[in-house]
Amino acid sequence: MLQLKKLTKTYKTGDQALKAIDLEVPKGQVLALIGPSGAGKSTMIRCINRLVEPSSGEVLLDGVDLARLGSGALRKARREMGMIFQEYALVERLTVMENVLSGRLGFVGFWRSFLRKYPQPDVDEAFRLLDRVGLLHMADKRADELSGGQRQRVGICRALIQNPKLLLVDEPTASLDPKTSRQIMRLITELCRERGLAAIINIHDVALAQMFVPRVVGLRFGEIVFDGPPTGLTPEKLTEKYGEEDWEATIEKIDEEDEDIEAAE
Amino acid sequence: MSEIRLEDKLGGAWRKPHFIKRPLLRWGLMAGFAAYLVAAFMTIEVDWGRVYEGLDRGAAFVLAFTSPDFVSRASDIWEGLFESIVMTVAASVVGILISIPIGLGAARNIAPLPVYVVCRGIVAVSRALQEIIVAILLVAIFGFGPLAGFLTLSFATIGFLSNLLAEDIEAMDRVQAEAIKASGARWTQWINYGVQPQVMPRLVGLSMYRIDINFRESAILGLVGAGGIGATLNTAFDRYEYDTAAAILILIIGIVMALEYLSGIIRARVQ
Repeated sequence: MLQLKKLTKTYKTGDQALKAIDLEVPKGQVLALIGPSGAGKSTMIRCINRLVEPSSGEVLLDGVDLARLGSGALRKARREMGMIFQEYALVERLTVMENVLSGRLGFVGFWRSFLRKYPQPDVDEAFRLLDRVGLLHMADKRADELSGGQRQRVGICRALIQNPKLLLVDEPTASLDPKTSRQIMRLITELCRERGLAAIINIHDVALAQMFVPRVVGLRFGEIVFDGPPTGLTPEKLTEKYGEEDWEATIEKIDEEDEDIEAAE
Repeated sequence: MSEIRLEDKLGGAWRKPHFIKRPLLRWGLMAGFAAYLVAAFMTIEVDWGRVYEGLDRGAAFVLAFTSPDFVSRASDIWEGLFESIVMTVAASVVGILISIPIGLGAARNIAPLPVYVVCRGIVAVSRALQEIIVAILLVAIFGFGPLAGFLTLSFATIGFLSNLLAEDIEAMDRVQAEAIKASGARWTQWINYGVQPQVMPRLVGLSMYRIDINFRESAILGLVGAGGIGATLNTAFDRYEYDTAAAILILIIGIVMALEYLSGIIRARVQ
């Protein structure tokens, strides 16, 4: 469904963030994009919805090359891709409901959105999504009154109300504590399964990625260095690709914690 | 370069390094500044005899505040005050409405370069021309009266507000706006959802402040014939009617204080 062909991004400073990336994501597949800071993860998903302009290469969504679209067609294409951000990126002075409904901006006219008169099905869907993530009672609170985990759940609702084919998820758990991180990852992967959504999840936490996704793609210096099931990512493999680090320790620690929580539930 | 060793540092005093490292340059600059200051003060000529005579007039002026006369020129005062308020409100509303699009255009992070250059140009022209100079020009064109004052204040509001609004837009959180763009919003929706909520409190605060400034300016503009309470004040001074002048000044101070209080409340509410 999504196909990247020789996707390259060179910044004005001369830094080559992506070096001819080839990647194919079938319908409904959730994949994690791992790699250290500066590996090009953020650039890659931003090149897909063109928040960052790719330098060359193709981004094919159902056969349409997004990299070549004009601004009107690009807006239409962006409606098909929901994005979830690092640090949530909610508009802080808007209410939770306004933030969720802002996911429908691509579908309603200016005056409707300006007067906050959204079509009834959109409003109903917003309430349904908020209820699904357990935040229905917060609908009219201002976004900056919420905790980190709650904000990210609103961010998820905002992406899902677009009814997208694909979710682009940029470090959803950065700045969240370990337990909340797992809850958010579980929620995202569950929702993707329920709706048959494909997703690319940027995440630097390898252990967390391995717990939730069926496919892991490893990026280093703008190149793909690993692509396969999470079981193939042994500590030896990781060390070989990313250098020496105590991979075992992080993985084990998280596993134990998780079992505790699972047992408690 | 010799290696820095802990043993050499221990027991020694520590002082913050000087901003200007070379002592000669540092002391030279300080001495030069002091010399300039002394020389500047020496050039101010004071005619103490004239000051002594003037003290009486000054005292009469200050004493007038103990017996302000609101009554004998009441109709002039109210007329001038009403004119000032009309000028202030009209100029502020028009100025703010024009400032918003120019402010958007003058923010480098959301405007394309040609738009940016034009809007920055408008802002620069408006800020370079002092109100009094603009007022004199406009009085020459439109004749005496509040129309010239209204246009002057609108013009000045544009320079002030667009500039500060643009600065606030440039300092906004880029990611919040990016998230709105990623949903496929059109440009107007992006401004309404991604930018406006971030800059609204400051826009409201600045607008209130500008209304305050416009009212005070309207008292000055009368001196060059651009209407408002300033004209009444000027006439009172010309006739040596210090008690009437005192009454006018007290009214201006009262209104400015009320505006200040009001803007405090409003700013606290929109945070």
